[in-house]
Amino acid sequence: MPSTVALTVARYRPERESEPSWETYEVPFRKDWVVLDALNHVKDRVDGSLSFRWSCRMGVCGSCGMKVNGMPKLTCATFLADYLPGPIRVEPLDYFPVVRDLVVDLTDFMRKLKQVKPWIIRKEEKPPADGEYLQTPDQLDAYKQFSMCINCMLCYSACPIYGLEPGFIGPAAIALAQRYNMDSRDEGAAERLNILSEHDGIWQCTFVGECTKVCPKHVDPAGAIQQYKLTGATHWVKSLLLPWGTR
Amino acid sequence: MSAEPHYTLYHPRWYRRRVSVWWWLRNRSYAWFVLRELTSVFVAFFAVVYLWQLRALVQGPEAYGQFLARLETPLFLALHAVAFVFVVFHAVTWFNLTPKAMVVRLRGKRVPDRVVVGSNYAAWLVLSAIVAFVLLRA
Repeated sequence: MPSTVALTVARYRPERESEPSWETYEVPFRKDWVVLDALNHVKDRVDGSLSFRWSCRMGVCGSCGMKVNGMPKLTCATFLADYLPGPIRVEPLDYFPVVRDLVVDLTDFMRKLKQVKPWIIRKEEKPPADGEYLQTPDQLDAYKQFSMCINCMLCYSACPIYGLEPGFIGPAAIALAQRYNMDSRDEGAAERLNILSEHDGIWQCTFVGECTKVCPKHVDPAGAIQQYKLTGATHWVKSLLLPWGTR
Repeated sequence: MSAEPHYTLYHPRWYRRRVSVWWWLRNRSYAWFVLRELTSVFVAFFAVVYLWQLRALVQGPEAYGQFLARLETPLFLALHAVAFVFVVFHAVTWFNLTPKAMVVRLRGKRVPDRVVVGSNYAAWLVLSAIVAFVLLRA
């Protein structure tokens, strides 16, 4: 087992350079270290100017997404041991503007997420005194998978469509829209239909399927989009045949 | 890649990478995906040949004989062989993707993906058998 491993990290220091460059650090190799541990080692002991995002280091917060040897990964769940003998290449996620080093700007996603109204919409809110909206385990099961999304953006970085068509609403936002559409307590599917079934919605997706492969929480955004295509197409046929029935 | 960074209001020096024309060679599943998209060309090829066959049929026995003779030329045999491989690839990948788009629930439980895919193949076999039966009977 080696005592060190080479970590090649993309650096971008906007005050100094106009495009990213590579810097290689020798970091101690430990069996129980993940890429994020190695990055923290560099920041603490070698070069304090290295910038990256992280928080929970346990696959829940979704902030440490980066590309490791070309694949989008949560660096807190990517073990150095799986990349021996190295070097291990760490880059910022694709298709988002790089702010600095490994930090990308997510404003575009935040805006799109809000557009799909990822919250429970009720035609009429019942007063809190009347109690909760009840749900059976089966009803929960219908959307639970899609609710596991942690907004880590690995799926956007894996989606060539998002890279080529930046207007595309994208995998996570559509999966989250579907999470609410399939919630038995929600009545907002018609409101989400407009944004989801327009040009930059589901129909941009050509089912590369890579979003589902890289998803660390097994959300299956590609599945969510294809299922919604079926819903969208059915709705379109219905609106042709029964123009009064879809209101 | 431009030397000048892209300027954005309040964030003057964000770096934006441009998508390479060769993005689909970057990993194997992207390449398979592009290949799968390309199969549509061969599906269209079969459709055009079929329309051509119908036209020949309408024009009478002589035209139809000419059509059949044309199909037997090496060029068309080779084209058909290549197109067949692509169309099978198209069908197989399509069947394998169906459980993603169709979630079938029976008595509250999700039907396993294997069963959804399997029923597609079963239907394919049955339909092919029927077509073979009709054609070979004559």
